[in-house]
Amino acid sequence: MLRYIGRRLLIAIPTLLLVITAAFFMMRAAPGSPFDGDRKLLPEIEANVLAKYGMNKPLGAQYVDYLVGVARGDLGPSLKYRDKSVSDILKENYPISLKLGLSAIVIAGIVGVSLGVMAALRQNQLTDNVVMAVAILGVCIPTFVTAPLLVLGIASKLGWLPTAGWNDGALPNMVLPVVVLALPQIAIISRLTRAGMIEVLHAGYIRTARAKGLPEHLIVGKHALRAAILPLVSYLGPACAGLITGSLVVERIFNLPGLGKFFVISALQRDYTVVMGMVIVYAALILLLNLAADLLYAALDPRVRLA
Amino acid sequence: MSVLADIATVAPPAVKGRSLWDDARRRLLRNRAALASMIALGVLVALAAIGPFLVPFAYDQVNKADTWVPPLTHGHLLGTDALGRDLLARLLTGLRVSLAIGLVATTVSLVIGVAWGATAGYLGGKIDEAMMRFVDVLYSLPFIFFVILLMVTFGSNIVLIFVAIGAVEWLTMSRIVRGQTLTLKNKEFVEAALAAGLGRTAIIARHIVPNLLGPVVVYVTLTIPAVILAESFLSFLGLGVQPPMASLGTLVAGGASDMELAPWLLVFPSVVIVVTLMCFNFIGDGLRDAIDPKDR
Repeated sequence: MLRYIGRRLLIAIPTLLLVITAAFFMMRAAPGSPFDGDRKLLPEIEANVLAKYGMNKPLGAQYVDYLVGVARGDLGPSLKYRDKSVSDILKENYPISLKLGLSAIVIAGIVGVSLGVMAALRQNQLTDNVVMAVAILGVCIPTFVTAPLLVLGIASKLGWLPTAGWNDGALPNMVLPVVVLALPQIAIISRLTRAGMIEVLHAGYIRTARAKGLPEHLIVGKHALRAAILPLVSYLGPACAGLITGSLVVERIFNLPGLGKFFVISALQRDYTVVMGMVIVYAALILLLNLAADLLYAALDPRVRLA
Repeated sequence: MSVLADIATVAPPAVKGRSLWDDARRRLLRNRAALASMIALGVLVALAAIGPFLVPFAYDQVNKADTWVPPLTHGHLLGTDALGRDLLARLLTGLRVSLAIGLVATTVSLVIGVAWGATAGYLGGKIDEAMMRFVDVLYSLPFIFFVILLMVTFGSNIVLIFVAIGAVEWLTMSRIVRGQTLTLKNKEFVEAALAAGLGRTAIIARHIVPNLLGPVVVYVTLTIPAVILAESFLSFLGLGVQPPMASLGTLVAGGASDMELAPWLLVFPSVVIVVTLMCFNFIGDGLRDAIDPKDR
């Protein structure tokens, strides 16, 4: 088990390196520079600024410098926010994105699995049809449609919740963004759970459990659910990635100071180091989540052997 | 089944067998949601194709006298925006752009994905492993960020949007195709072709790829809405289609920023994008049930 984890983490390093390399050279290939302001800098000043950030060296040398820095855990200074390092920005803003994303995935998991199980137990009945109709809607309505519509209806017209802002993560400010993020996930999770559950309920060992006279809640809750949520586990990695990209839109609409907002702005302003830092964090997160999903998969399904 | 239909199938002297595709079509046409979606989608495509010529305003025609006109006034069926541009004209153009992007980017992903997956699956061994490893690596990249980087880097021209989104969407396609190829390549007809002296390329192109059609068609109908969504997402962030051009994404984004003043600018584009995505999803689900009935 530990060997497996170690091996997976080792494989993750070249992947991460590839991500860093691609992102680094793509950013640098872009026309423009972080020091293009409204006023053109004097050539001497520009040379000084470039020298300060080591950007007067050839690109290859800069790449090596950057890699050495990353290996030491130093993501460099921001090129736009003069008195902040990339780590500062990440530390300040990442917890906000994380709090939003985690709340959304937890809520989506609980609601989605419950709905899916309910639908599967009453297959082709009214409950099932309603849940599946809602699930189709949830998949088809993009976050950038639900978010403004909810703001317009619930926040602006009814005035029940604040329209935007973070307010240090106060509950009323969290409700709408989390709901918007969770809705499409609830839809997908309930569909996956339903499909898995229906398949499992026909399995031989469930019939055996029934024949033994086990109470229904034990059959469903203990034996069936465990196998039925397997497809869900492999979905969760990409789902978190989806939440991350979803949060780009949600953070913009609700004007939240999370990382998503920074990504687009920093990319547009050519703030190379900030963009790189964010790409690295997200890529590492996805790799870790995929590993976690595989471990969980093996824990749930004894037939799966980690090798 | 009515008596008439029974007689109709029995009456011809030589009973014609039903092919797999006939079966699939019958099942698909019996699926009410899929049928309704196909009709609705047909209407949407027709509107996108000829609609802009029927509206007496151009999508970028600014009219300072008629700004913020609510629906059904001054000859503007769906009202106008801050510049007095007719929303219906913009909506039809936006629909046209979004559908075109969905189609082209899906084709890009289809071509790359099928070629990659069929080759990897058919050749097998070390080549297969290397090719699929490459796909795995790409899978673990935060791809939407790379699309954003591409857009920022090379400017958001429409061709690049096609290519960038298509290049992201081919991964799943190649996995599906590879899995199918693996099961297909041991079938007797491939062996027969091999015995007849056909080369690898010919076998892949003529025997493997046509037999992949089922799952690929299903996945394509689910890729198109994903692409439309991705483009809208980029447009919403201001990185997709550039003004005065419109796509469904830019229209929703514009509507969202003006929603307090003019809710119709948000509501109509939202409805169109949701209906479009829903049609594709219902058709995709219907096709999957029709081609592979065991999953129902």
